[in-house]
Amino acid sequence: MPTWFRSLLGFIIGALAGTVVFIAVRAIGGLPLLSADLRPLYAMAIFSGVVGLMLGIDKELGLPRGLVGMAIGFVVGILTTVGIRSLMGLTPWDSERVWVVGAFVAPIGFLLGVGALSDWLRWIAGIHTPDQHGPPPGKPGWFRYFGFDQNHKVIGIQYTVTGILLMGIAGTLAMIFRTELLAPGMQFLQPDTFNTFISMHGIVMIASILLGVGGMANYLVPLMVGANDMAFPRLNGFAFWITVPSAILIIMAIFFGGWDTGWTGYAPLSVRTVMGVNFFLIGMFFFGFSSILGSANLIVTTLKMRAPGMTLFRMPIFVWAVLATSFIQLTATQFIGLSFLMVVLERNLGMEFFNTALGGDPLLFQHLFWFYSHPAVYIFILPGLGIVSELLPVFSRKPLFGYRWIALSSMAIALLGFMVWAHHMFTAGIPNALRLPFMYTTMLVAVPTGVKFFSWLGTVWRGKLFFPTPMLFVLASIAVFLIGGLTGPPLATVPTDLHLHDSYFVVGHFHATMFGGFVFPFFAALYYWFPKITGRMYNERLGRIHFALQTVGFYIMSLTMARTGLLGMRRRIADYDPALNIQNLHVIMTVAGFAIFIGVLIGVYNLVLSARRGEVAVMNPWGSRSPEWQIPSPVPEHNYEEPFEVVGNPYDYGLPGTVYVRMNGHEKVAAPGTAALPAQ
Amino acid sequence: MRHAVNVTIIILVSIFALLFIADNVQWMPVQASAEARLIDWLFNLHIDIIVVLYVLVNGILLYSVFVFRRKKDDPSEGVYFHGNTRLEILWTVIPLITVIYFAVLGAGVLRQTLEAADDELKVVVTARQWTWTFAYPEWGIASTELNLPVDRRVHLVLYSEDVTHSFWVPEFRLKQDTVPGQEHHLRVTPTRVGTYKVRCAELCGTSHAYMEAVVNVMTPEDFEIWRQKRLGIYVPPEGEVEAVQDPVELGRQVATKAGCTACHSVDGSALVGPTWKGLFGNTRTFADGTTAVADEAYIHESIVNPSAKIVSGFQDVMPKNYGEVLTETEINALIEYIKSIQ
Repeated sequence: MPTWFRSLLGFIIGALAGTVVFIAVRAIGGLPLLSADLRPLYAMAIFSGVVGLMLGIDKELGLPRGLVGMAIGFVVGILTTVGIRSLMGLTPWDSERVWVVGAFVAPIGFLLGVGALSDWLRWIAGIHTPDQHGPPPGKPGWFRYFGFDQNHKVIGIQYTVTGILLMGIAGTLAMIFRTELLAPGMQFLQPDTFNTFISMHGIVMIASILLGVGGMANYLVPLMVGANDMAFPRLNGFAFWITVPSAILIIMAIFFGGWDTGWTGYAPLSVRTVMGVNFFLIGMFFFGFSSILGSANLIVTTLKMRAPGMTLFRMPIFVWAVLATSFIQLTATQFIGLSFLMVVLERNLGMEFFNTALGGDPLLFQHLFWFYSHPAVYIFILPGLGIVSELLPVFSRKPLFGYRWIALSSMAIALLGFMVWAHHMFTAGIPNALRLPFMYTTMLVAVPTGVKFFSWLGTVWRGKLFFPTPMLFVLASIAVFLIGGLTGPPLATVPTDLHLHDSYFVVGHFHATMFGGFVFPFFAALYYWFPKITGRMYNERLGRIHFALQTVGFYIMSLTMARTGLLGMRRRIADYDPALNIQNLHVIMTVAGFAIFIGVLIGVYNLVLSARRGEVAVMNPWGSRSPEWQIPSPVPEHNYEEPFEVVGNPYDYGLPGTVYVRMNGHEKVAAPGTAALPAQ
Repeated sequence: MRHAVNVTIIILVSIFALLFIADNVQWMPVQASAEARLIDWLFNLHIDIIVVLYVLVNGILLYSVFVFRRKKDDPSEGVYFHGNTRLEILWTVIPLITVIYFAVLGAGVLRQTLEAADDELKVVVTARQWTWTFAYPEWGIASTELNLPVDRRVHLVLYSEDVTHSFWVPEFRLKQDTVPGQEHHLRVTPTRVGTYKVRCAELCGTSHAYMEAVVNVMTPEDFEIWRQKRLGIYVPPEGEVEAVQDPVELGRQVATKAGCTACHSVDGSALVGPTWKGLFGNTRTFADGTTAVADEAYIHESIVNPSAKIVSGFQDVMPKNYGEVLTETEINALIEYIKSIQ
């Protein structure tokens, strides 16, 4: 049977199976077989059809098996709840409760289906499992990317591609609601839909950032420290795959009424609002496991698997950045899981944590939530700032200025980041005695951040700068992150924050920090390591067009956001008062947003096309001293044939006769790279 | 050395130019409170430092991008230096002192905004999805508008009936969340007669965008007139006849100020509540199956006792206290306005 026929057959069988399951579950729950609104049924049919199509292509593919497992998990959870409720004498079908239990079981079903638990289950049964090398026997190379794989490079690509996909979804949501905001009055969105879209935009973007961070860290850290994989490859695969059902849960909320609390999910609104909020809360709860487990893996890899001669202060700076990030992820993530779980429990089991009338406190939610969510923003930006530090020396042909200070500044930011959370609550009703210390600690974070900026200036000063696309994105990162950083202190001082809190000024601040700290460095990293990952070069011209659109668009957008907020526009509002006279500013923001969106599309197009048809790349097009550039492109399955030895400092560009790593007993001097570089 | 001199000159000139521009831009809305002056002063200080740092970093970056570009086919590397401990200490200590200084200033400004006064006007603010009401316990009056006399310290006591909202008047520069089950306080001294808006600044559900109320800062004389009118004891000065406002026009104003239009449209679209277009004289079907013709008495009851009859397809979420915060004149004007929308 040809593949196309199998796929078509699979689609049809899948769609039918999905429909049957849909109707069966409703029948068991005592509901009418078809819902009044048929859209959930169509969604189920199409989704099952796509799963069937994938299984038709190859029935051993992990992703569709995982999705089947997820569906089974839902059914098991739903039916169990219906059963228990019947036995307890309650009405068997309570829409919220059956779906909540289903949502807790579904990710487990997914993990079983995709094969993320298979080896561990075999170990429990006493069966030995060999390490996996390469795709499963008899399968093509692409197969491994769609299922459970142990190789950190495959996992890194899985993280990255999923992250870009989620960025596309969140970006599309933004384009929709930014179009609505072009003029006062509601043009085509209902207020509830608008609220759902901004809430989803926020959390899906955050998920995309965490995935992008995971992608960069997983791909690069073993290569940079000289290891052939991470310390725990199966844990690595698990940590990636748990994000997939989590993201699906979050997106599924749209089919259950969405939710209108923003991504911050404050009680009591989150306790009272429509049931769609549960999918957001539970999805994020599971997503957190990826951070916790992935970071544990990275810490052990970094501390235990470095090549001979690589002392901590001779690691590539990106590894320091990831180490600091990992400490945050390992210890803080639990708090968002906890706070979200408490809302689910208050909603579904009546545990009144946040109800003042029964001795609870709404502010408890905020404290628990922000205790993670503030350090979280440092998770988002520390790796990206590490990318900036990593790339600047290569494109300046000069040492990284103040390497030790930069390395320790990442640690300082990670530590201080835990001591500032209540600056999100200055107007929440916390006592004044609490506002003051948090103002001081928040202002302090500016100091290690400043160290980074000044060190970057010291790195480019008197260098020999050249500007391929990665360097353009690195420079844009600095310029954009500067805006984010400079708009911080007015928010950090309490009296000015009384005006600025919950205004569009905050929106401008965090978009600038997120773009400058993650989005721009992420694209810099993608373009920079593209030749190493794929063995081909991306198209430089398209890269510059992407850079121009994204940089100009974003710069204008963030300054306009700040301005709009100063004038009195609140955040998270579906409609604004024409009397504020800010419509022109909104038109600018929307147009700028579209410029960014188009720029990103061009970038993704460039990367996808060039992976197949780009010019074959030389081994070290940038003239980097870093070890991953001294091995062939694409990177071989096991990275390094033999461990290399570190014999010098990573960033001694311009110091003649020095080398960072000695590969296979040979001195490898990094070519200055001019021969391979595109003309200026 | 030459480069250091060049870039220093460029940066200093740019800083002065930009500071000049920045000091002449109106960053904020008009200042309508004593606190606004203090907060704007601190904010402008922030802007000054922001300008300096913005120019410093971008200046050195742009200078490097242009002056230190590698010439085509130049294989040499950059000048080799990997650090400078003295510089590192300098650019750690100076920012440290600066940020602590700003925090100290911030603490001082905050303390001043919090000070109580002897002769404060106490106003109780209640937030609920999605309207504001204001009560003046000293006189037992309530209103959907926040009316305040100028130059007198106001002590707002803030409550919420359902979820967390936030009280924000941009022209006052002050904001305070209202938390259900808790009492919070905000003090302000309005210093400029005028009309402003308080807007809910914490996402609170469907109509968060429309949760606004009017703030009128009046002369003490006008405030006194309003107070007496509210109590029904106002006597116009001799020879002066109180202007009678066209009820439909008054009703239209009340509808906006009291927050009715947050939930009821006038163009036929169904928002949180039923549309007013074509309402009067129509037959309404209620959730319990009964019907009634929408006459004046029905509309009056719907305003003061919304739970009595719920139109089929809608929820019982209308605020219940309009009977207290609106005068009979205002309610009758609303009815006239609704009648006029056909």
